[in-house]
Amino acid sequence: MRQLTARDRVVLAACAAAVLAATATGYILHARQKAAPATGFTESGTALAAGPAMQALSNGVLSTVSLRDPAGPRVLTSLNCDRAHAAADTVACLTPVDALRGTHLMVLNSKLLPKHDVPLTGFPNRLRVSATGRMVAWTLFIDGHSYNTAGFSTQTGILDTRTGSAVQSLEEFAAFVDGQPHRAADINLWGVTFTDDDNRFYATMSTGGRRYLVAGDFAAKTLRAIAENVECPSLSPDGRRIAFKAAVGGDPANGWRLSVLDLTTMKVTPTAESRSVDDQPLWTDGDTVAYALQRSDGINEIWTARADGTGRPGLLVSGANSPALLSAGDR
Amino acid sequence: MYLSTVDRPRQRLKGAVAANVLALGTVSLITDVSSEMVTAILPVYLVVGLQLSPAAYGVIDGVYTGSTVLLRLAGGYAADRIRRRKAVAAAGYGLSAAAKLGLIAAAGSTTGIGVAIAVDRAGKGLRTAPRDALITLSTPPHRLGRAFGVHRMMDSIGAFAGPLVALAVLSVAGSRSYDAVFVTSFCVAAFGLVVLLLFVRDHANRLAPRSEPVSPRIAAGLLREPAVRRLTGVACLLGLATIGDGFVYLLLQRKAGLSLGWFPLLAVGTSLAYLLLALPIGRLSDRIGRHRVLLIGFLALIIGYGVLLAPIPSTVLIVVVPLSLGLFYAATDGVLMALAGPVLPARLRTTGLALLQTGQAVAYLGSSVLFGLAWQSWGAGDAVAIAVAGTLAAGLAAAFLLRRGVPGPEVVS
Repeated sequence: MRQLTARDRVVLAACAAAVLAATATGYILHARQKAAPATGFTESGTALAAGPAMQALSNGVLSTVSLRDPAGPRVLTSLNCDRAHAAADTVACLTPVDALRGTHLMVLNSKLLPKHDVPLTGFPNRLRVSATGRMVAWTLFIDGHSYNTAGFSTQTGILDTRTGSAVQSLEEFAAFVDGQPHRAADINLWGVTFTDDDNRFYATMSTGGRRYLVAGDFAAKTLRAIAENVECPSLSPDGRRIAFKAAVGGDPANGWRLSVLDLTTMKVTPTAESRSVDDQPLWTDGDTVAYALQRSDGINEIWTARADGTGRPGLLVSGANSPALLSAGDR
Repeated sequence: MYLSTVDRPRQRLKGAVAANVLALGTVSLITDVSSEMVTAILPVYLVVGLQLSPAAYGVIDGVYTGSTVLLRLAGGYAADRIRRRKAVAAAGYGLSAAAKLGLIAAAGSTTGIGVAIAVDRAGKGLRTAPRDALITLSTPPHRLGRAFGVHRMMDSIGAFAGPLVALAVLSVAGSRSYDAVFVTSFCVAAFGLVVLLLFVRDHANRLAPRSEPVSPRIAAGLLREPAVRRLTGVACLLGLATIGDGFVYLLLQRKAGLSLGWFPLLAVGTSLAYLLLALPIGRLSDRIGRHRVLLIGFLALIIGYGVLLAPIPSTVLIVVVPLSLGLFYAATDGVLMALAGPVLPARLRTTGLALLQTGQAVAYLGSSVLFGLAWQSWGAGDAVAIAVAGTLAAGLAAAFLLRRGVPGPEVVS
């Protein structure tokens, strides 16, 4: 083989550059086409069976499932969420973090027209809309990704969609433990659930290695600890019970038992669900709570259990998480 | 075999850098664009895209960097033994290019990604010493500082541009199209390999043709040379003084209350300082002595860590910290190689340079782990104070080792 001349080398290099540049450009344009449009959230044309429906995330896509036929066809939207919830005319979605954008709280109406868009910092974790659709509360992980490791840090905020005013962090509120003002740098708050008056709420507060159920007041900006070892509370429709996850043996490293607290007697009833539940439960009616579980193969499932601790857990929707009830009139 | 007339060292224009150094610089520039565009998005891909904890990412990064460190020595020795430094360097560049395809093939499996990262680091380990040896073999000793300055400047232009290219790809392809970044990175790396194969010349012919082949015994003899021992000591001290840019940026972010989005920009700032300073510092090292410039590097590091303890406005910190890190790299990275080149016999040069790089890398691994532990146990402030004291001690020890300079024709006295 003869030695390449300088000209040969330049020509060869130019050819290689052209081929490689074309490959990269082609792939980038292909990826651009594949990526879903970021605006204009549309629904697929599938019609659901009549009757009650549930909103859930299917592989991170906001979708609707008929409760009469949970295994049947779903209506998929073009909206990607890490966490979603809905009530009355309000749909809330925490969008996934990606390389260019942090998460956003998107608040939409039931026709999926955007109403509020709040940029946030952290990794989406919990999201709740009050029963009237007016208040929206979110929890993000700032440090760490899990509640059962030491040193995680969360941030919880509330948006009043009527006034547009937002509290970025409930840590601004005055906290009381055993009736005494409690100031500490290690306070973390997560998992808000609202009462019917759109002002009072419940949440989890951790400080000094303990996790408390706190009763909050949005207008007065206060948090009062009322019970211990209660995480991710969810208030029943009658406002008298709280479904929550209870750390087994008081230590989150052992996992959590899905349980129900009676606010009148303060008695705790474990549900029949024996697997560890790391979710904020959802009351589907006065007697039943729904929650998401992740199978070992990574598939998410929504299960239900009776609030009084009787019966057996049942599978409600497969391949979905982040459930919310849609009233019959919606969508 | 090569004909000596064909592969004679190219003519050098007066005051110009050898064509081979420019060719190697171009390869490094292109390759650094490729690798830095992945480095810039890999943490986001692993932590956000795959939900890996930041700690797990740190472990993956550290373990693979550490485990491939010894490969540098093996690669350096192999290059000297078969006397084909270009071939070993090409294997390294090729491995790193293939690793980019591996990231796509892994399709989100943590094990697969771990393997791809390991292959990438292995490639980097393999190529660095033969490349630096080729630079020293293409340059007269008294111009080594400048030659490395030019090379490292081109290298850091690539490092500077890489994250920007990655952002451009993401903004066109969609912000979760990580695979588009990997494919582009592969194409860029492949082009770097083409440039290496076409334009870089090996220097097998410059070695005495009948010299005894390199053996492990001869290579081990390197360590009996006092000058080599002292330089290896200096390389280890440099490694010990370095706690890792990631930690420094994290400290800066906490102190100045920056949002996480600043992270890539701090790295870009350091690259910018490095690329602007590499050539002038390299030339300075040819004039005043490379060992003196090396000590300036320790000083830069002490300033960079020290300001994190001082009550200084965050706007000043954002400028001073990347600037001192860039100065540290400009004053130590290429300068150490330029200092070592003339001390090492030509036929063992790759092995010798690999020895220094391995010593520095192992020491760095140890010091970053220790710093992480110190941070965890005593808090950020005390850990930084320890780092400042440690760097000062390492700098004084290096000054002692270099007190009479290093034998070789490079020091103008």
